Amino acid sequence: MTAEQTGHLRDGVLLDVKNLRVGFGGHDVVHGIDFHIAPGEKLALVGESGSGKTVSALSLLRLVHNAQVSGTAHLNGRDLLGLSEQALRGVRGDDVAIIFQEPMTALNPLYSVGDQIGEVLQLKKGLSGKQASAGVVELLASTGIPEPARRAGAFPHQLSGGQRQRAMIAMALASAPKLLLADEPTTALDVSLRGQILDLLSDLQRQHGMAVLLITHDLNLVSRFADRVAVMEQGRLVEQGGVRSVFEAPAHAYTQRLLASRPLRDVVEEPVEQGALPCLRTRGLRVSYPVRLPGIRGWFKKGAFVAVGGANLQIAQGRTLGVVGESGSGKSTLALAALGLLPYDGELQVEGTDWRQAQEQGESKALRRRIQVVFQDPFSSLSPRLTVEQIVGEGLTVHAPELSPAERREKVVKILAEVGLVPDPKQVGDWLQRYPHEFSGGQRQRLAIARALIVEPQLLVLDEPTSALDVTVQQQVLSLLQRLQCERGLSYLLITHDVDVIRAMAHDVVVMKDGEVVESGACLALLSQPSHPYTRDLVRAAGQSGLV
Amino acid sequence: MRYEGETYFPMLRDYPETVFGGDFDTATDYLDPFIQERLSTNGNWALYTLNTYGPKTVNYFAKSPNPAGPTAENWLGTDAQGRDLLAQLLYGFRVSVLFALALTAVGTLIGVLTGAIQGYFGGKLDLAFQRFIEIWGSMPELYLLIIFAAIFSPSLPLLLVLLSLFGWMGLSDYVRAEFLRNRQLDYVRAARALGLSSGQIIWRHVLPNSLTPVVTFLPFRMSGAILALTSLDFLGLGVPPGTPSLGELLSQGKNNIDAWWISLFTFLVLVTTLLLLTFMGDALRDALDPRKADQ
Repeated sequence: MTAEQTGHLRDGVLLDVKNLRVGFGGHDVVHGIDFHIAPGEKLALVGESGSGKTVSALSLLRLVHNAQVSGTAHLNGRDLLGLSEQALRGVRGDDVAIIFQEPMTALNPLYSVGDQIGEVLQLKKGLSGKQASAGVVELLASTGIPEPARRAGAFPHQLSGGQRQRAMIAMALASAPKLLLADEPTTALDVSLRGQILDLLSDLQRQHGMAVLLITHDLNLVSRFADRVAVMEQGRLVEQGGVRSVFEAPAHAYTQRLLASRPLRDVVEEPVEQGALPCLRTRGLRVSYPVRLPGIRGWFKKGAFVAVGGANLQIAQGRTLGVVGESGSGKSTLALAALGLLPYDGELQVEGTDWRQAQEQGESKALRRRIQVVFQDPFSSLSPRLTVEQIVGEGLTVHAPELSPAERREKVVKILAEVGLVPDPKQVGDWLQRYPHEFSGGQRQRLAIARALIVEPQLLVLDEPTSALDVTVQQQVLSLLQRLQCERGLSYLLITHDVDVIRAMAHDVVVMKDGEVVESGACLALLSQPSHPYTRDLVRAAGQSGLV
Repeated sequence: MRYEGETYFPMLRDYPETVFGGDFDTATDYLDPFIQERLSTNGNWALYTLNTYGPKTVNYFAKSPNPAGPTAENWLGTDAQGRDLLAQLLYGFRVSVLFALALTAVGTLIGVLTGAIQGYFGGKLDLAFQRFIEIWGSMPELYLLIIFAAIFSPSLPLLLVLLSLFGWMGLSDYVRAEFLRNRQLDYVRAARALGLSSGQIIWRHVLPNSLTPVVTFLPFRMSGAILALTSLDFLGLGVPPGTPSLGELLSQGKNNIDAWWISLFTFLVLVTTLLLLTFMGDALRDALDPRKADQ
């Protein structure tokens, strides 16, 4: 270590980043940020997608492909950015370890988790194979995986999502790092698991005395976990400080907007007219998928996996029914069944017309017009090779084939304006010929809403409409949906895992678990006094993290 | 061409030699030194193509025995029968490329169609079709070609039919896989919820998004088709004798190893063609991708 390098060593600073710039192909995405982390400190880097938070963190270890990085980043007095590739390899996984967002893709599917953790121990600590496997079991036990000795031999796909993330954490801890980079460690997990993983990280952080840089867009996580927070917007650090002080008195406008982006309830609360025809009504709705039975039986007979077992729902005109549940609870299956896209048993009526009957009589087209859908991921729900005009206008070609192209275009522009997409009047033609990838996530979701609304449906199925969006955009889309409900008297079947969204949008709620409806009732009453233990878990997981 | 104050168009019709002062009432051989002399005196003139030979024209007036090396008359030399090599290569290239275009078009059409049906509808139909493809694919293609070449007189259309019958399977698998993946994406679900028919969904939504492997494979299929025709010709199972073909030239090159120009120039033509096809395919793929198109 040269004298000049030691000169940068400040007391009580583990990582000191100065004027960090990251660019791709001459175009900067991070514009010179400064931050530092003390040993044992928990710093959260917050921002929306595209704000450069992940890129900043990963470029410290030169893990970003094709990036031009400049500035300095001193870890224990050594400038990471000036290190040779070989020296940096010693730092990666040794002084600094990383936990990625999606453990399924971050773990190699061809090796058992024990092998992968053992590899780190052998590489970084020089343990023998035997010592390593003992160490693996110990590490897995410390992350709270049940039966660690057996799980060490399991392959990633044999573990549940939470267990996989625990295994990732064990792997990161294997080299006893001084700094842990946690890149959205809980985003891919179910709500009730998030709290557990976060608690685990906190415990381990205390035990090992390591510093953690948490990268997240979730302010709830920050308030629960971090000591200090740094807010990023478009490649710049706009605010830094202690969590409490920033959250209580945000100085920068962007931070204020982030903190205020919790969804607000703004729905028509009038009681439903008695005797009106319900928009959607199910009695004993049951959907099952055929699955292969194991062994020789599977040759002759198919088993059935019941995705939805006997759901009784009712949505009145102009009301929202929220369906909450974790992934795999059957709520998306319910949505597809309501759209008439799946075979089902039981009763399923849209405005008094039975789906099955309509399909048998060949009248399903009229019914399709009554019920439309908006999916979760606006990147996969719009065909990438069609233009905006084709996507939005498609419904009209089916349900109003008598319109001329000019009339259709007029309607498309009108509906786009209604969902808040107003093109420059001079360039409407150009604008309509754009492809979906030229729009941001929020704009794409608006396009998806426009596509559904153009055929003037009565019921809109919203399958996780905001969970792929940033928090500020989420709030905008929700208020758009609230406004449309108000103006058009739409009914929504809202499917989500996010209790906050339910609280903001729904009139009535059903809670699903393993294909069964475990609880149902009026939204606010149910959320304030949940009776089923599962609902209580859900509400607590969300409520615990509730801030402001 | 102008002869004795009259204008002739030998490109369009044959004139007997007597018209130009010859002795025989046969179609004129314009390469005959006597005719050439008649045509270039007394203010007569003739406009020749750059290379004055056709693919079947034998240069009876060559100064050295055939196959003759490159000279000022025959720029790339002649083959074993005294035909001009450059003309043969040009016409052989034309036949190859046209054949390859036709074969690729037919094969791609069948491949995409069957792949689309299997992938979109899935289930039992898919299962049955897959088994059929396995059986069909295990038929020995080359034997069939040899047998058919023995039964029927070899011709380009027959080759086209036979090669098409077996050429679609590879592509069909890729298209099927793409369809299986794409049909369960959200935009297809949204289209179904809008009430579009299966045909409309396939045509507007799934097909355009499933064409990447098709476009990627196009140039390789083209070069594959050219190579197939060339190798069949090389073995003598391809085009009828007398048709200019690269494969036939290669086999001549093999038989006349010392006539280096035959092998070398045919080889160069083949390599250049295949290389250019690959580049064209790359450019085509980039041009068809809406993400890349506006970068």
